[in-house]
Amino acid sequence: MGGDEHTIVAFGLAVGVVMGIRLMNSPRTAVAGNLLGASAVLGAIILTLGTHGVMTHGVILGSLAVGAVIGYVLAVRVAMIQMPQLVALLNGLGGAASALVPLSLLYEQTLVPSLVARLSSALAISVGGFTFAGSSIAAAKLDRRIPQRPVVITNYGIWAFTACLAMAIFTVVILGSSSWLALGAALLLLINVSGFGVVFALRIGGADMPVGICLLNALSGLAAAIAGFAVGDLLLVAAGAIVGTSGLILTRIMCRAMNRDLVAILTGRGVAAIGGVPADEVAQAASVAPVQTAEASVGRPSLDSVLHDAKDVIIVPGYGMALAQAQHEVKRLADALEARGNTVRFAIHPVAGRMPGHMHVLLAEADVPYEKFLDMDAINDSFKDADLSIIVGANDVVNPAASTAEGTPIYGMPVLRAGEAGHVIVCNLDAQPGYCGVANPLYQQKNVTLCFGDAKEQLSDLIRRLSDAS
Amino acid sequence: MESFLLLMVFVVSGLVGTRAVRRVPPLLHTPLMSGMNALSGCTVLGALVATAGAVRAGSVILGAVAVILATVNVVSGFVVTHRMLRMFRKS
Repeated sequence: MGGDEHTIVAFGLAVGVVMGIRLMNSPRTAVAGNLLGASAVLGAIILTLGTHGVMTHGVILGSLAVGAVIGYVLAVRVAMIQMPQLVALLNGLGGAASALVPLSLLYEQTLVPSLVARLSSALAISVGGFTFAGSSIAAAKLDRRIPQRPVVITNYGIWAFTACLAMAIFTVVILGSSSWLALGAALLLLINVSGFGVVFALRIGGADMPVGICLLNALSGLAAAIAGFAVGDLLLVAAGAIVGTSGLILTRIMCRAMNRDLVAILTGRGVAAIGGVPADEVAQAASVAPVQTAEASVGRPSLDSVLHDAKDVIIVPGYGMALAQAQHEVKRLADALEARGNTVRFAIHPVAGRMPGHMHVLLAEADVPYEKFLDMDAINDSFKDADLSIIVGANDVVNPAASTAEGTPIYGMPVLRAGEAGHVIVCNLDAQPGYCGVANPLYQQKNVTLCFGDAKEQLSDLIRRLSDAS
Repeated sequence: MESFLLLMVFVVSGLVGTRAVRRVPPLLHTPLMSGMNALSGCTVLGALVATAGAVRAGSVILGAVAVILATVNVVSGFVVTHRMLRMFRKS
């Protein structure tokens, strides 16, 4: 399409995109990488406008301008804590656009002559519509507009089978007829897959969201690539394929970090099963847990002396830190500890938070230098030599029961061994089990001080104790 | 023939992309994701092609909406990635 020059330039731009991603391998070069990627896409837009002779097409230029303004405002206004919902929302918009492209082509009737174009149109509508609907629900869940619990749907198998059958029929109609009938089938197909997407996202629980988002990210790429087949655009196919594989790689990393099977997450198995079971265990844990306040019981070191004597400190942040917006207090605490000549490091579990790398971004926002962030494998052997670990809003990712509690959702999940430190301070909201519903035996350990309540206040209290002590 | 070429492009890009993405450390996984997000907005190219070739009012409207949504995706994705990446600093 558009001749050899177009193909060569498109190829060059695709190489630019890949180079941009390669530069993302280090924080020092990542900014340049992102700019390179953005420039390549801008170049691709100009190239496409030129090739199709629509440099001065009023509707197109107007739409580009409107989209650019909305996008810019959205990106500048969003808070770092809202990043997961923004990513979900943007995935959805990309999916919606990928579904609208073939709809527009079909509406025009003369634009989709070949069978390949028709088939890819039907597929783009399917994948794009699914991504849009699923991402919208995921974004609403992440933004706490709808409940985070997975919704269990009875007779799901029958519904899914019927929906798939209907999708197949609509696709065949799109392939076989070139009239308004094809457009009607396309619309029905869109409604059908949207329903599918909604159900898909409703079944994913809050803590499984990192996996859900990665998967929707992959699908938005796939939808774009298929739309690329429909219009015959080389660069769009290339970009979509890259996004698709990237999303899949992240999905696999997340699944492995949670020791969960992708299929189990997609079908809501495991999480749904624990819904009612641990209710009494929860109550038990809450009542048994010796809620030790700062005034430590006899025979245990006081909180003041623990803070005072610690030399090597590891901080473990979790989703609770994000919810409490306590990253700035965490930074102040780290500064206060370092001012006393201590080493402070941060241990970050791969699935802490609601999307890959969520904790890193929040701590970077609070101005913590990134070389202090350590991944699970890098830090886990250091806990036993550390004097103090401070857990801020993390539960499942430090739960030692993961290696013993067979049959629970977290069994086999690799966790941070924060409990091995000389002393442990837990700044969590309460003694309730984490998302996985498994009580945390860490709370009963002798070397643990529980500081339940709002993480911001608890951290401020620790900072005050430190400054009083010195 | 053209479909075959596109299929090759799809496979090769997927493989090359895999190699590049695997080298990105967990530290930068959120920016990577929002960057990929922006890239999936490349579907704006398809939307441009569709709108450029549209004559009927209905298809122009569908195409224009697709251009707007995809542009929001591209611009927002790259800008927010830029914002995040600038926050990462060494001590």
